[in-house]
Amino acid sequence: MADNSKDLANVEPTAEHEYPTGLAVVAPDKIADPGIEPHRVRMTDKSVKHEKAAERQVAGLFLLSILGSAFAVWAYFAFPFDGETAGSLRYNTIFLGLGITLGLFGIGIGAVHWAKTLMPDSEVSEERHITRGSEEVRAAAVEIIRLADQESGFSRRKLIRRTMYGALALFPIPAVVMFSDLGPDLKDALRHTMWAKGGLRLARDPDGTAIKAADVQIGSVFHVIPEGLVDLEPPHLLNEKAKAAVLLVRVDPSVITEKQRAWGYEGIVAYSKICTHVGCPVALYEQHTHHLLCPCHQSTFDLADDCKVIFGPASRPLPQLKIEVDAEGYLVAPGDFAEPVGPGFWERKA
Amino acid sequence: MSNAVETKNKGGFLAGSANYLDERVGVAGILKEFGRKIFPDHWSFMLGEVALYSFLVILLSGTFLTFFFDPSMAETHYHGVYAPLKGMPMSVAYESTLDISFEVRGGLLMRQVHHWSALLFVAAAGLHMLRVFFTGAFRKPREINWVVGFMLFILSMAGGFTGYSLPDDLLSGNGLRIIDGMIKGLPVIGTATSSLLFGGEFPGDEVIQRLYSLHIMIVPALILVFIAIHLFMVVIHKHTHYSGGGKKDTNVVGYPLMPVYVAKAGGFFFIVFGVIMLTSALITINPVWNYGGYDPSPVSAGTQPDWYIGFLDGALRLTPSNLEIVIGENTWMLNILLPMVVGVGLLGVVAVYPFIEGWVTGDKREHHVLDRPRNAPTRTAIGAAGVVFYAVLWAGASTDLIATNFKVSLNHVLTTMQILLIIGPVIAYYVTKRLCLSLQRKDREIVLHGHESGRIVRLPHGEYIEVHEQADQYEIWKLTDFKEYSPTLARPNAKGIITIRARIRSAMSKWFFEDRVSPVGTTELEATKKHGELH
Amino acid sequence: MPNTKKKFSRRSPFAAALVLIAGLVVSGGTYVAASAAVTNVSPKTEVDQALIETGKKLFLANCASCHGKNAEGAQGGPSLIGVGSASVDFQVATGRMPGQASGPQMEVKPVQFKQEDIDALAAYVASLAPGPESPTEEYLARKGDAAKGGELFRINCAMCHNAVGAGGALTEGKYAPPLKNTEAKHVYQAMVTGPQNMPVFSNSNLSVEAKTDIITYLQYVQENPSVGGEELGNLGPVVEGLWVWLGMLGLIVLITIWLGAKSN
Repeated sequence: MADNSKDLANVEPTAEHEYPTGLAVVAPDKIADPGIEPHRVRMTDKSVKHEKAAERQVAGLFLLSILGSAFAVWAYFAFPFDGETAGSLRYNTIFLGLGITLGLFGIGIGAVHWAKTLMPDSEVSEERHITRGSEEVRAAAVEIIRLADQESGFSRRKLIRRTMYGALALFPIPAVVMFSDLGPDLKDALRHTMWAKGGLRLARDPDGTAIKAADVQIGSVFHVIPEGLVDLEPPHLLNEKAKAAVLLVRVDPSVITEKQRAWGYEGIVAYSKICTHVGCPVALYEQHTHHLLCPCHQSTFDLADDCKVIFGPASRPLPQLKIEVDAEGYLVAPGDFAEPVGPGFWERKA
Repeated sequence: MSNAVETKNKGGFLAGSANYLDERVGVAGILKEFGRKIFPDHWSFMLGEVALYSFLVILLSGTFLTFFFDPSMAETHYHGVYAPLKGMPMSVAYESTLDISFEVRGGLLMRQVHHWSALLFVAAAGLHMLRVFFTGAFRKPREINWVVGFMLFILSMAGGFTGYSLPDDLLSGNGLRIIDGMIKGLPVIGTATSSLLFGGEFPGDEVIQRLYSLHIMIVPALILVFIAIHLFMVVIHKHTHYSGGGKKDTNVVGYPLMPVYVAKAGGFFFIVFGVIMLTSALITINPVWNYGGYDPSPVSAGTQPDWYIGFLDGALRLTPSNLEIVIGENTWMLNILLPMVVGVGLLGVVAVYPFIEGWVTGDKREHHVLDRPRNAPTRTAIGAAGVVFYAVLWAGASTDLIATNFKVSLNHVLTTMQILLIIGPVIAYYVTKRLCLSLQRKDREIVLHGHESGRIVRLPHGEYIEVHEQADQYEIWKLTDFKEYSPTLARPNAKGIITIRARIRSAMSKWFFEDRVSPVGTTELEATKKHGELH
Repeated sequence: MPNTKKKFSRRSPFAAALVLIAGLVVSGGTYVAASAAVTNVSPKTEVDQALIETGKKLFLANCASCHGKNAEGAQGGPSLIGVGSASVDFQVATGRMPGQASGPQMEVKPVQFKQEDIDALAAYVASLAPGPESPTEEYLARKGDAAKGGELFRINCAMCHNAVGAGGALTEGKYAPPLKNTEAKHVYQAMVTGPQNMPVFSNSNLSVEAKTDIITYLQYVQENPSVGGEELGNLGPVVEGLWVWLGMLGLIVLITIWLGAKSN
């Protein structure tokens, strides 16, 4: 504390931070502390009239709180839910809430007003004690530890000590192992989607009706799921949809690359909808610029150039799904994506 | 009540019960110890209370919600009153959230109270941390309590995020998907960790129940434990106070706990609760019925996390393209790792800052009088740089909204933010530091020459001067009562070697304290006064 | 976890049948009319011919400088052959056309023409080649299924226009406009024509009933304000976060200043 300070100028050879003040300059001519400011007398301290008025104000606020709480109970019953119109629910929420608000503000403002106007407001000083214990206390504490060590033989009996450390280190391991059943090994599941079955038709999301090539005109975009997905049981339905969702668009075949034309059908191309950044659905398609934008982190893919990343945090192009047309004119996928869809993971290339 | 013991066996019910309690739990001793504890009064000391009270409101409203919420991810079809969702397939969790909103009277109000108070909890905790940082309240002996408070800030974000996901709506489901993508991007453990969280593949049918267990049991229990430690340490250290007449490192000046502080702080709880309730009564938050149940295929424009996760989402958005690299058979998702390192790194610096500053100053004294931010220019500048860095990351999470609302290009907004993230903190650092030093010089002026009164007087010999009014002794004390530190050279240790540690410490002390303004001392003040009289 | 999972498929055949029947009952009649309207390019009567002539004059005076004398397209604007009357009505009746300064996309402005003139322009452009036509009143009568429409809106539209049509950003300064004050007719026209960078949602993608459902959903969310109170623009967590900092914490800080101030 302040009285421990030393003048740095006189202790040159030792490093400063070995002194309690560290690098602090302790000014010998510091201006003197004038002491606590004198108490300013309030109107309520000197005038009975003001004191009475303040008393009435506090009581008035508490009364307002009582009214507010009563109003809240009334509002709860006065605006029943008839189930069909939203208005009643809206009024119930608003008036119940406002009633409770009044009940709370009345108490809060009343209590603070009481403290500020009617309770003493002269500042009081209380001594602090330095946080560390006094020398005697510290000596006593050291003695307790020494005694405990001696009586138990903690330092002496190395064998006991070391085996105990080992036991303590190992006992949580079963608990950690027990968490293994929280989830199975995923590595293979991440590599395949439902399209791997082969020959699945491309179907509309959400109703699952198959799409004919003739249905897809230039400039249009279809949100696609594999045919048969809607018949899956939960949770497989959502798990499969989370990987297999596809975006289908038709563009002028001359604007896309050779590989895209080969994997598509007369300008109709299908791409995974799952962002290769962190997995949001990339679904914002601009039909003239052929940009695909992810609304979560703004990765932008150029559909005219095999969905290469042209902006934003993603690195890999969206994987293309190879499509064909079957005898009835429906679009089908002969197989799975050529690479895992969605965000990258450690074992992706393994 | 304090005289309860004396009035044993006489007096009313209050005295009787006080006696009963004292003879069983020794309540008189507790009251004697704590009843007249002194608390300093300042508006900025109440921000931590706001966080505490928000947490109490979260507990109250959350308990109400647990009575009606069902975290199951089993599939059901909606049969409630909200027309645009009738017959839709959805999870039981989402359906029960809709039922709380539309069929339980006061349920929607409680949902809004819970969510608004959760947002306020994290915001108030953050503002409280800023106050503690900029006033140097983290200095010895409070470094450990700073870390405890930091843990509370992290836990409050954890509580918020686990709760955000529970309704299983489209917005929060896409949020979870982003988290899944981030987890999968972790080296070595990513895939397994994702599987452990989701019980297999995303989204599975387990994760909501697991988050619910965390959200209503472990996270709030930890928050309560850390709040207990945090407040216990406040009692041990007693509260800090601002510099002022009679306020020293050896005392605490303020009002007694009973009755003034009980009334003020108790009343303040009701006021904070009232502000939350008022907002909840009038303003919609998280209208889950708009988003629909979670489905992995759709997404809504403007998909954002709650504000406190925004800085991480912003870090993800501001990362440049093509950072995913493959080394051997392993994929390094640097486009995920880099923002994680930036976010976690920022938090890490916040957590250890008190120890860094303590090491640089080497000041081992206890500090109970707070610094005015201007009197610690380098610290204040570091804080301002940190705030700007965080703010740019945070704003980065709303690039799309900034683009549409200010009619600018999304791509330009993102590029501008990337540049701002680097140069913004540097500018903030220099501007703040210069500002602090100027303010310190202005303080010196006031101490030495008083305030400008605005009155111009013509002296007999024709000179015009502005009359300065002397500052009173309390103001002079307030403006001169601060600690000055001087930079140090790296000195050889006992073996005559200048260690790297010493060099770093010397460089840092130079960085911290090279530019400084000394407080006015009596010698200088007297000299100026004399000079003034001679004038 | 208790085994409460019901053995429902996500979309039971029963529900699908119900939806189908409901859809047919509600919009069956209009569907017949619609298919007729879309496939038939209306026969050119005397009145139509006069309308087309008027339209051509208006076109030459107001549009030809960008779109070419025969609407074949030029430097300033694309070809309008085959865009259909729906496209003309959408672009002109929302004020997007005639376009002004070339920005990232055409802005909504005060409408420049009377409805008769717009109809004449539309008739002229439609006479050049068949294209999508504007819907008749029946499609817009919000008699569809709001729930089905909501689901379709989330899958096909929400990624750009936001889940309740508050709008959103696209690349390089383009944006998907808010749909809050957009007439049902224009929503329909936008779906069938795909204005600017919006994709086309032809009837083989979103059927006429599906479009009616979507319009019904949009009208529901527009006419029923949030039951929870003020909506903050339906912009989601960012605006909520701003309100917490500026509104709630701002108010609370003012209160703490009152609390810490000494009373008179």
